[in-house]
Amino acid sequence: MLVKKQSDIRSSEITPQGICMNRRKFLAGAAAAGAVAFAGRAAGELLAPGRAWADGAKLNVTVKSQFSTTEKMNSLDEVTHYNNYYEFGTDKYSPAKYAQALRTSPWKVQVDGEVLKPKTFDIEDLQKLAPMEERIYRHRCVEGWSIVVPWNGYSLSTLINVVQPTSKAKYVQFLTALDTKSMIGAREPVLNWPYSEGLRLDEAMHPLTLLSFGMYGEELPKQNGAPVRTVIPWKYGFKCCKSIVRIKFLSSQPSTAWNMAAPSEYGFYSNVNPNVDHPRWSQATERRLGEFLKRKTLMFNGYDQVASLYNGMDLKKYY
Amino acid sequence: MTAERFVRYSKPAVFLACLVPMGLLVRKGITGHLGANPIEVITHSTGDWTLIFLCITLAVTPLRRALGLPWLVRYRRMTGLFAFFHGCLHFMTYLWLDKFFDVHEMVKDVAKRPFITAGFTAFVLMLPLAATSTAGMIRRLGGRRWQLLHRLIYVSATAGVIHYYWLVKADVRLPLRYAAIVAFLLGCRLVMYFVDRRRQQARPMEHAEQLP
Repeated sequence: MLVKKQSDIRSSEITPQGICMNRRKFLAGAAAAGAVAFAGRAAGELLAPGRAWADGAKLNVTVKSQFSTTEKMNSLDEVTHYNNYYEFGTDKYSPAKYAQALRTSPWKVQVDGEVLKPKTFDIEDLQKLAPMEERIYRHRCVEGWSIVVPWNGYSLSTLINVVQPTSKAKYVQFLTALDTKSMIGAREPVLNWPYSEGLRLDEAMHPLTLLSFGMYGEELPKQNGAPVRTVIPWKYGFKCCKSIVRIKFLSSQPSTAWNMAAPSEYGFYSNVNPNVDHPRWSQATERRLGEFLKRKTLMFNGYDQVASLYNGMDLKKYY
Repeated sequence: MTAERFVRYSKPAVFLACLVPMGLLVRKGITGHLGANPIEVITHSTGDWTLIFLCITLAVTPLRRALGLPWLVRYRRMTGLFAFFHGCLHFMTYLWLDKFFDVHEMVKDVAKRPFITAGFTAFVLMLPLAATSTAGMIRRLGGRRWQLLHRLIYVSATAGVIHYYWLVKADVRLPLRYAAIVAFLLGCRLVMYFVDRRRQQARPMEHAEQLP
């Protein structure tokens, strides 16, 4: 299916990856004005060409999704070297350094709880459950920055339909692997390990909710949650669960890692909402990585089609 | 070499050393090594170095007492002004890159967000200290009053640490490290105060014994 969504940005405005890097040139100019700066930058680039990581295997991406934005994508370098993955350290640069230690093969995902057909999937089988799509989503972090990423995967609803939730199932819980041997950040009690997240069943069933195995047409880099993660584009980034080992269907609302850490700051819903500030900072604006000026944050991160999920709910109360 | 000459000749070297963190940041900017979010790196680096220079400045008095090196105080103005320098840059990154010089938005932020309130307090309290850092101002204020005024650095450093503590999401280990250092350095002053008072109380007694 190739239905093109109307976009607010013309495709002629989409900048190829290489040109995104112009931002660096701009910063360089600002920092040390003039020829010296440009000479220095040229030298710097010779000394440190684009950083690499273990190349992910190519994925057979066959479907371009109608849900994709046509906004300018962030570069692979940006998306893989600026990560929140607390199991590998609490700063944004540690995951790229330390996540490579995680063994992602073999990998199993246990799907159970209130379902008729509980099953433990090998990651290879899970990948083949549906055609691999490309979905270019906006991704907004609760900290006030955002990126645009071409994820690869399929709607989580596909998996949910396979295991068939019972009538008691109202929520879905996701658990990240906990391997303190490789996850050096998880040795510290910064969060309640293993990392856990949750969605209401109707949120999990929404076609936008993605079970992702890759990005940019390759398997997920480890710092981005290999081998499988969720992507819920209308929620703050931490609602996504990386390196998933278990998906459990529940009758009551599960506790979630950030909610346990600071209940007044990170609610169960955590929908992107410019009108509900984080108690300590504003959520009205965000910095898109690569951009100089901040931009306005959109309700549901611009994914208005999910609004009906929350009809009649006070989103200030259910933040 | 006398202490006087050592101070005089080492000062330019210390000054250059104090410029190193900024120099490294500028170099990273020029060579494109500020990562995916350069503005955040600049904000964090200038904030960090404000706190570090505040700690160094606060360490001068306890160190000169503990080591018996009174001339260490001669570097104090410089390290204090470097704290102010980084504080200014930190504040400017906020005002410019975060608020785009919208002063009204800034005032709202300061009033509404405790971590901004704390950071802004820390910065504002450094202003009178920087303004009265010259020899002329010390003379005009008089040593005692000047000293009293410059105790504001205790409040500024404390507010700076609180600012950091309140802004992190979950990992408070680093802000707590700063808190421990500042608490220790302020604690030293408390100890010095009591030691001095004891001595002062002891002195009249010594005189009394000497009376015929």
